[in-house]
Amino acid sequence: MKRWWIWMIAGLLPLQALALSGEEVMKKSQAAFLYPGKDFKARVVMKLINKDGQERVRELTMLRKNVGEPGGEQKYFMYFFQPADVKDMTFMTYKYPAKDDDRWMFIPAINMVKRIAAQDRRSSFVGSDFTYEDVSGRDIEDDTHAVEREEKIGSRDCIVVKSTPKGTDADFGYKLTWVDKANFLPIKEEQYDKKGTRYKLFTADEVADIQSIPTVVKRNMKNLQSGHRTEVAYLKTAYNLGIEDSLFSERFLRQPPRKWVD
Amino acid sequence: MSRCATVCAVVLLAPLAARAEVTFSGFLQQNTAVNTVAANPDGRHYKWLEERAQLKLDATDGAWRLLAKGDLAYDHLGRHDKSELREGYVDYTAGNWDMRVGRQVITWGLGDLVFVNDVFPKDYEALFAGRPLEYLKRGVDAVKLGAYPEFANFELVLSPDFRESRMPDANRFHLYDPMPAVTNRETIGPGQGDAGLRIYRDVTGYDTALYLYRGFQRAPSMRPDSMTAPTKKISYFYPQLSVYGASVSGRAGDGVMSLEAAYYDSRQDRSGKDFAVPNSQTRLLAGYQIQPAEDLSLGLQYYAEAMSDYGAYLVTLPTGFPVDKRWSHTVTARLTHFFLHQTLRLSVYASYNASNGDHFVNPELRYSFTDKVWGAVGANFFGGKPSGQFGQLSHDDNVYVQVRYEF
Repeated sequence: MKRWWIWMIAGLLPLQALALSGEEVMKKSQAAFLYPGKDFKARVVMKLINKDGQERVRELTMLRKNVGEPGGEQKYFMYFFQPADVKDMTFMTYKYPAKDDDRWMFIPAINMVKRIAAQDRRSSFVGSDFTYEDVSGRDIEDDTHAVEREEKIGSRDCIVVKSTPKGTDADFGYKLTWVDKANFLPIKEEQYDKKGTRYKLFTADEVADIQSIPTVVKRNMKNLQSGHRTEVAYLKTAYNLGIEDSLFSERFLRQPPRKWVD
Repeated sequence: MSRCATVCAVVLLAPLAARAEVTFSGFLQQNTAVNTVAANPDGRHYKWLEERAQLKLDATDGAWRLLAKGDLAYDHLGRHDKSELREGYVDYTAGNWDMRVGRQVITWGLGDLVFVNDVFPKDYEALFAGRPLEYLKRGVDAVKLGAYPEFANFELVLSPDFRESRMPDANRFHLYDPMPAVTNRETIGPGQGDAGLRIYRDVTGYDTALYLYRGFQRAPSMRPDSMTAPTKKISYFYPQLSVYGASVSGRAGDGVMSLEAAYYDSRQDRSGKDFAVPNSQTRLLAGYQIQPAEDLSLGLQYYAEAMSDYGAYLVTLPTGFPVDKRWSHTVTARLTHFFLHQTLRLSVYASYNASNGDHFVNPELRYSFTDKVWGAVGANFFGGKPSGQFGQLSHDDNVYVQVRYEF
């Protein structure tokens, strides 16, 4: 009779197990968004649009290969088609958790492979509103993550997670991420500056099943202060192509294989 | 001869191109550089004034690829023969080896406008006359073989016909000349080819490479027919040279460090007793590149050259010729800053030689008006010792404009 509280606790246990912590949600989200498949390929078309509606186009093939488990090391290879003055340029990143990336660039004009300083991951990727971190991920351990609430976006049930940088050197105050409960993809993200003003807005505008893997194929990042935004479409998306390790080398930076960069 | 071979190869491979995936691209360009200090030796006020078109053909079929890049230019300063095959080669790529045959640009080493192991020909005139960076390098007519076994990567470059660096034209630039009165001059090419080998691999996260070269100095040396007056004739020639070098680069602190060294074995005069042949030399380079802020990068270099047989050099140097120091120390800095979503780029390169005061400064502002049209304005400022690489050009300061439409 006095054991009623035991039953009550026992009754709560499954709920406890189901309710993920903010960190767990973000880990699952990172795995779903940036790590699915053993490898991945997409033709990426980025439109940089200023507040007057003028467009610049950046077009590249992006190849990614996971070295280990989700959250672990990855290799990226990018080949640029557009704009014309960077055509044939290639770019390679070895991304490590909790450590600066290694980056190389091939400059076709002088036929030179150059190792480049691992820029701040928060700096702009090819002049777009996306940062390197937005493209290839931010270390989960860099922030504390707390589940704020649950909310619907359209028909999607989302968990809203607030992520606050642990260090003081970050350039933003915090961010809110709406993570789809069904597939753990980030559907929306708001970044706030240190004064608490919302200044960047990410939206996943189209999610498609590619080889049964839910994939964000259209996304948008808007700078709310400047009005500048970047629309990104992933075309020719595919997973588990068997990209060889050897692709991520100086040899192929200089001579990107046609079968991978079309 | 090898140029002809390249053209023949292009023609023979045309049927291949017919069923391949083919792309055409190119550009139209205007390039003007105007003097700011003095007129050219020929009295003109422009260092460069031309319109240029480039057409590039790129065809791929399986393991084969054909690339041809040809330029046609109209020069307003009276030069003829302005058509040029910039690059024209055929690639064959197999599993762990590949081959490139034809005219190709090859760049070795890690330096930024400082060349330790990059033994391939440059176009210094292009660099000093405000032309786009890609014209700094000249292609070589060569066979390049790549082999990629597990333990290292090998790149062997065999060139049947030596190609020299292009020096600034004496009609356009004020070049130092120790014997200006002698007008009878001839240039004698080596009449043979040269060979280079680069071996590279990753060693615990660092990019390392070894370099070997056997060929000739790319810059000519001059030999008077007689050292006792009257000298009637000066012959330019390319002394025999071998280079043994190494490089390493990798992450250090927040930036990227690069180290490079090479020994220039002046085979034609190992004792250093022939004043007309450059002394054997050691070249050392240390570079560091960081990204202090978003869209901003800073590269610093220290570069040293040391003569091997300085005593012999001093003894045999004819009177009246400028005396170089045994050691030459140079520091360089490059700052690059992007603005407006990386459509506007400011870059400044500066080089200073502490041993002879030689300096070179090149600021440039480049803007992409659209995705197809860009323009750049910049300047080249030179100064230092009258016989120095940059000092002799102190009357050749210029400002330049480049505008290009790409298609």
